[in-house]
Amino acid sequence: MNNSDIDNNVIEVENLVKEFRGLRAVDDISFSVKKNEIFGFLGPNGAGKTTTINMICTLLSKTSGKITLSGHDVSKERNKIRSCIGMVFQDPSLDDRLTALENLHFHGLLYNIPRRVLKKRAEEVLEMVNLTSRKNSLVMTYSGGMKRRLEIARGLLHYPEVLFLDEPTLGLDPQTRNKIWDYIIKLKKSKEITIFLTSHYMEETEICDRIAIIDRGKIIALDTPENLKNKIGGDIITLISENNIKLKEYIKNITGAEAHSEKEDRIRFEVKDSSRFIPKLIKDSPVKILSITARKPTLNDVFLDLTGREIREENANSIDNMRMRMRGRTRH
Amino acid sequence: MKKELTGVYTVWLRDIKRYFRDKPRIIGSFAQPILFLFVLGTGIASSFSVFGGGGGEDFLNFMFPGIVGMTVLFTSFFSAMSIVWDREFGFLREILVAPVSRTSIVVGKLLGGSTIAMIQGSIILLFAPFLKIPITFVIFFKELGIMFLVAMTISTMGIILASVIKSMQAFQVITNFLLMPMFFLSGALFPLNQTVKWMNIVSKINPLSYGIDAMRFVLLNDASLQLYPLWLDIIILVFLVLALSVIGAFLFNRQD
Repeated sequence: MNNSDIDNNVIEVENLVKEFRGLRAVDDISFSVKKNEIFGFLGPNGAGKTTTINMICTLLSKTSGKITLSGHDVSKERNKIRSCIGMVFQDPSLDDRLTALENLHFHGLLYNIPRRVLKKRAEEVLEMVNLTSRKNSLVMTYSGGMKRRLEIARGLLHYPEVLFLDEPTLGLDPQTRNKIWDYIIKLKKSKEITIFLTSHYMEETEICDRIAIIDRGKIIALDTPENLKNKIGGDIITLISENNIKLKEYIKNITGAEAHSEKEDRIRFEVKDSSRFIPKLIKDSPVKILSITARKPTLNDVFLDLTGREIREENANSIDNMRMRMRGRTRH
Repeated sequence: MKKELTGVYTVWLRDIKRYFRDKPRIIGSFAQPILFLFVLGTGIASSFSVFGGGGGEDFLNFMFPGIVGMTVLFTSFFSAMSIVWDREFGFLREILVAPVSRTSIVVGKLLGGSTIAMIQGSIILLFAPFLKIPITFVIFFKELGIMFLVAMTISTMGIILASVIKSMQAFQVITNFLLMPMFFLSGALFPLNQTVKWMNIVSKINPLSYGIDAMRFVLLNDASLQLYPLWLDIIILVFLVLALSVIGAFLFNRQD
């Protein structure tokens, strides 16, 4: 790594380890985040994404390793790091007995923003997430999506160098999820800011400039979404035939690709150019093909390719459900 | 330094804002003291004549500072324990990740809880004329000072517990096994110097006893009801505030 690279990096993580009672939640990971990029942490629940973020943002002490953010050492200059990061946590962190504006005001005071500037900025960030008309409503009355937007606005209030978004769309309905991503893309276009996000929704991390795929506390791949997908040998074909075992052999002979069995008697494999391959296969296949689909690889396929498991299987639904309930919960 | 003071102020301001917004809480917080004073107190006072002996009216006067103390006890304790609430609902992370030291957060929280407790206690003092207890401005401000010390003592205990206890379930347990005994064994409802020996001993390690004792002396100016000299009460309370807040700040700092 040469010097200009180091200058370009906002976050440097070296050999980071976090152990909880002997269990390695984060297992010796190293990576760096470049200035003004969208960097994504992708992996199933419990992979160590949030643990890593919490260590970077000074909320959790590390077992060993080194973290620097904007040149500040996380174990020595906590307050310096805290003032140059914005956080949107996985679980809601607003005071819902206060109004949106009061939440922002509270935040601004804690981050030492002068009063006059604070007023202007609060208007500015509220405008960005389209909450201006509801700024004086108690947060209790907000929907889940509105709360998220307010949290993003709050995270930006002190003009942080890095904005952390930990599962920003968890527990939201698909339509609201799309909207949240629209705001994030808009933000990226309008500001010079580094965004560090985590998600276990594969398709959502496609907007990232670079993605680290994390599984069981280790980074198993780190590249641009394009490059990650290119590592898979072309298009993904899934098909159902009358005799899968025989067909698997045939496919291996003509393409060299290993076909895997999937649910409901489907098999799945990768080929370079599916549009030419499919007609040929149907014509020459030794067994009858009942159905066939071809698609471009997604990050989900990348994860499957790297770990042999689907990310979705790992997502304990009960945890998602619990979070949903937490989100809808009000104070008594 | 200015930054830290702003941090203290911000945390304090939030508690005050939330307090004045929470009308049910304000109204509800009168219900209990009034119930104790005018229902339980009057009932016990009139029972004196049944079992022999007089002094019913004196008993209500005796109990009144105890009820002020009770208000301060519960208000400041629950205000400090709201940290557990904030942790549960996520807001604590917003505070913890801000560029403000944990010590400032603790101080802000202590002052917030104490301010609210002083407001609540003062409102109870408004009932003094009903019991024909004379209150001058001087007495009021002296009483306010004692209330502040008691509130700070109890708030620091709340912070310590909130740093150790992570769940809301433990909340109820603490109320039953710590707060109620503290209240009953504080001399708020009956004189401690005449009770059985073990009660007398337990009351000596109860911080609230000293607070109630001081409050009663300031309010009624009756040396015969006094357990300890006023200066001793104050010294013990100041010492407790200092010692407990160091422990509280340490424990709060330590949490991940």
